Amino acid sequence: MRKLLFQSLLLQLPLTERAPTPEEAQLAELAQNVGSAALSRLGRSLSIREVDAGSCNGCELEIHALSNAFYDVERFGLRFVASPRHADVLLVTGPVAKNMREALERTYAATPDPKWVVAAGDCAANCGVFAGSYACVGPVSSVIPVDLEIVGCPPSPTDLLKGLIALLAPSSLRKLS
Amino acid sequence: MAWLKETLRQGRPANVAGARSRVIVDEAPWIAAGERLAAGEGSLLSLWGDTDTVNLAALEDESVGVLTLACPTGRFPSIGRLHAPAIRLERTIRDLCGLEPFPATDTRGWLDHGRWGVRQPLGRRDPATATGDAYAFRLAEGPPMHQIPVGPVHAGIIEPGHFRFTANGETVVRLEERLGYVHKGVDRLMAGASIDEAAKLAGRLSGDSTVAYAIAFAQAVEAALGLAPPPRAVWLRALMAELERIANHMGDIGAICNDASFSLMHAHCGILREEVLRASQVCFGHRLMMDCVVPGGVAVDLAKRGRTALRRLTTTIKRRFPELVELYDSTASLQNRTVTTGRLSAELAQQYGAGGFVGRASGRAFDARKLPGYPPYRELRFDMAVRDEGDVDARVWVRIAEVYQSVGLIEQILEGLHGGGLSASLSRQSAAADGREGLALVEGFRGDVLAWVRVAPDGTVARCHLRDPSWFQWPLLEAAIEGNIVADFPLCNKSFNCSYSGHDL
Repeated sequence: MRKLLFQSLLLQLPLTERAPTPEEAQLAELAQNVGSAALSRLGRSLSIREVDAGSCNGCELEIHALSNAFYDVERFGLRFVASPRHADVLLVTGPVAKNMREALERTYAATPDPKWVVAAGDCAANCGVFAGSYACVGPVSSVIPVDLEIVGCPPSPTDLLKGLIALLAPSSLRKLS
Repeated sequence: MAWLKETLRQGRPANVAGARSRVIVDEAPWIAAGERLAAGEGSLLSLWGDTDTVNLAALEDESVGVLTLACPTGRFPSIGRLHAPAIRLERTIRDLCGLEPFPATDTRGWLDHGRWGVRQPLGRRDPATATGDAYAFRLAEGPPMHQIPVGPVHAGIIEPGHFRFTANGETVVRLEERLGYVHKGVDRLMAGASIDEAAKLAGRLSGDSTVAYAIAFAQAVEAALGLAPPPRAVWLRALMAELERIANHMGDIGAICNDASFSLMHAHCGILREEVLRASQVCFGHRLMMDCVVPGGVAVDLAKRGRTALRRLTTTIKRRFPELVELYDSTASLQNRTVTTGRLSAELAQQYGAGGFVGRASGRAFDARKLPGYPPYRELRFDMAVRDEGDVDARVWVRIAEVYQSVGLIEQILEGLHGGGLSASLSRQSAAADGREGLALVEGFRGDVLAWVRVAPDGTVARCHLRDPSWFQWPLLEAAIEGNIVADFPLCNKSFNCSYSGHDL
């Protein structure tokens, strides 16, 4: 184990890649959705609670990847937490399955204010291929208010990172709002 | 002895083409099939309902077939009564189609939580209130017992499901799962969908197995329409399937160690997983290779830079992975958590026909790539890793061995990849078509994925049934956790890594 640790430390350059810059469109979307009072609290370290409300698990795979050495999401102060009670941000995936609606509503209610909701993936944004099913309520925004959407099927870790970094760019947000 | 072959020979062919892969049977052979399965002769592959029939897919030696029983009275003789692995599938048939197994083994709903606003969505479609059904968990009662409800929203970045533990102090006495939270009504969406739309849905039943599902659905459609995909497409499919297998094994081996608080393995396995996904992106333009396999062939060719990326990937894995395996093998604190934890007996693995590494780590030597087998694997060399211990450690070792086998397969595929076309046209249907219905069994990373499809005369999907390997693995997790401490549940659960979405449909 020590050999592997020393090798990684001394012989290998860091794998972590440079931070992508957020899309202007996402910043504008946030500026429009987030009130100025709440805006002043963004830009700090944020705790994220991931909620799968009906996804196929593809989005979860890419959200997991955010924590690997290439993307290292924690360097931005973004942290995945185990309870909505510890969270600032709910990162919700999937078309909201009717069987998950109540769980999502309760998770949202359990998250202290101020809180933001990011809908990740095409399904969360518009139900994707599951649109029209008897078993789906609709996109995340039909159940809880959404502040930011990150599209893709699934969104790549870089796409996810761009969206999440937008939450950390309050100065640019203030300019836009 | 070969009851399945005999039943298929004696039953009435279910379709115009007269193919004997699906036959209509009476109640007697239906019940006999349940008894044979219960006696350990063959494995249950799936059980599903149609408008007014129930269908049972079974595997015995190399033969795979479907028995269909008409249920004009809305009832059918319960297979679950004879063979427990069928119970959840029968509850699903009742929920979706309204056909009742008798005598009923478990009258509680399974996928239907009473929230859809409709009952029997594949059957009578009765409007209903959506206020939610009460659910009676099976409890172990007595003074020292306490219950721990977990989920549907879990602590990690994972899918939703509910686990109800009954514990005696730290020891789990009983675990009961309640699933169905991510039911998205895929079977209904499939009915009437075009082949292209249905293929997209199949590829999103369980995102981690998107390639396996896409191949299974494509093979079923090709069997229904009598199409043969060109050789290059078949080989590229195998290439994608092996990349998917390595990516998932890498991610899970790391995650299992992480659940034992050994994050170093997690970090390094995460890097290798990312390398696989990036190579997949270079080769096929999508990290998870979604929608790259389509009925008739493949949608994308291996990119020019793909070969180089894959050569680099296999070299990297062969150089770095053995160090990680060595680390896993030589860290006593980690082994202390995985060895003898979450043991699954060989008898249960056999009874439930547990697919994938769950079965193979408990002595069930089954791999759909070998038997019944499908192209191009007959032309490729690989060994099946089988262990007998049945614990978390054995499941990790099976997956380690499979990483190496898949690397070997990728190298063989790169060497032997044929030139030629990528896709056969769906409109060019052959007269040899199997009555416009087809069955396929494909080995995903998690185990065998079953796809059965019936194509309507207008070329749309009339009915499609997809069965995730998790159907037969979830119940076994309940058995494997018994007698373990609650704190080892994440470890056991991750070592199974069943799909919620794939199961919930």
